[in-house]
Amino acid sequence: MKLITVAGPPSSGKTSVILHMIAAFRSQGISTGVVKFDCLSPDDTEIYEKASVPVATGLSGGLCPDHFFIANIEECVEWGKKSGFALLITESAGLCCRCSPHIRGVTGICVVDVLSGVNTPRKIGPMLRLADVVVITKGDVVSQAEREVFAFRTSRSNPKAAIVMMNGLTGQGIAGLMRHLSDVPQVETVKDAVLRFAMPAALCSYCLGETRIGRTFQIGNVRRMDFPKSDKVSRNEN
Amino acid sequence: MEIRTLTILGGTNKNKEKEDLTLTCSPGDIICVVGPTGSGKSRFLSDIEALAQGDTVSGRRVLVNGMVPDMAAEGAFGQKIVAQLSQQMNFVMDLAVEDFLKLHAEARLVPDADVMVRTILAAANDLAGEKFTGKVSVTQLSGGQSRALMIADTALLSPSPVVLIDEIENAGINRRRAIELLVKKEKISFIATHDPVLALMGTRRIFFRDGGIAGIIVPDDAERESAVCVQQVDDRWVQWRETIRNGNLLHIAQRK
Repeated sequence: MKLITVAGPPSSGKTSVILHMIAAFRSQGISTGVVKFDCLSPDDTEIYEKASVPVATGLSGGLCPDHFFIANIEECVEWGKKSGFALLITESAGLCCRCSPHIRGVTGICVVDVLSGVNTPRKIGPMLRLADVVVITKGDVVSQAEREVFAFRTSRSNPKAAIVMMNGLTGQGIAGLMRHLSDVPQVETVKDAVLRFAMPAALCSYCLGETRIGRTFQIGNVRRMDFPKSDKVSRNEN
Repeated sequence: MEIRTLTILGGTNKNKEKEDLTLTCSPGDIICVVGPTGSGKSRFLSDIEALAQGDTVSGRRVLVNGMVPDMAAEGAFGQKIVAQLSQQMNFVMDLAVEDFLKLHAEARLVPDADVMVRTILAAANDLAGEKFTGKVSVTQLSGGQSRALMIADTALLSPSPVVLIDEIENAGINRRRAIELLVKKEKISFIATHDPVLALMGTRRIFFRDGGIAGIIVPDDAERESAVCVQQVDDRWVQWRETIRNGNLLHIAQRK
């Protein structure tokens, strides 16, 4: 079975891009299943079911979605193989910009939308920097100049990635994306596979359900912010 | 990006009938794309944008300099062969025109960005009906001003040698000057339009029916003369509009 991890900020168009990919893979006779990772609500599951795409949903709930993803990926692959898919696609939202579900040896796609602003390619971390393909969506509503600036900054952040412009609504650009997915490697298991980048750390009292504020309640991996020196801060006193 | 020819090899229309044709274009060519709504114009432009290789619904193929283009290089560093401009595209960045152009120039690694900014601003004002300065925000430009800026910016600063323009006739820009600019910058331009003035400005015109190319028309002398008549009617139309906009009564009918 082949495996592709798709990640991107919320509402960037991941599901739309994946649906166009699946339609294209199906026309090549490649049966495809999806594992959709979400935090709170499984709304997109219905979209896949409507398109007759076999889908499993993982709701991370109170856990870090990225940690939840990687703790379950092995079982995802087992499910995909048992279901007889030729290809399994995982979809997960990078909610903290530090998320990075991409695995070494597994094709990784990052979906970003051009409406999120030209600084986005710099703000999104390893999810974009270590992807094999970056799909830029919603380019149909902005100017050529903005598309070029966004694509330029994306390739500055990730010079090795293939960059594809795609319209998630109409599917324009899918042919370009599929050309970069012609040699997706076979993955029999992800057991002992390695993440391309370490997950963000989380190990403190708030991970365990603490809600109160204050140092007394903080145990574990806690880091303090640095603030500018108070004499350097301009005062607005009259 | 050096491009001498762009060739489109026909595919099939909605009825699975073959488009038996090869269209080869060179820098400076203006190809007008006409046909009823739903006849396949947008799909054709989409095929060019994707540099289709028989892998789209139409089965068309696009060759660059007679060969299959290097797909690995396509899109790298924001450099695509095809640039696109359509009615629904807008500026979304909240920046003054000159800062916006500077940002684009920096992304294009232009050595003297300030000179480039001034050149584009002058060209955009040349196309726009109403003049604007570099200090105004791009989001505050009128429809015509923003189309004018997009065309000038795409012609002068975009690295793409091929430009697709999809239905911009209502924008109130000087269409002839816009075409002249694209020709001067040696772009291969495809313009989908329902506007007769614009449609007659092309070096060639392809017409669509049933989702496919139904034919290619090369203007003859008689049509070129007719184009002048159409332009005259259009000029009068503009005069009437100005008369009404400026608060006057329009008296053009012959009265007894």
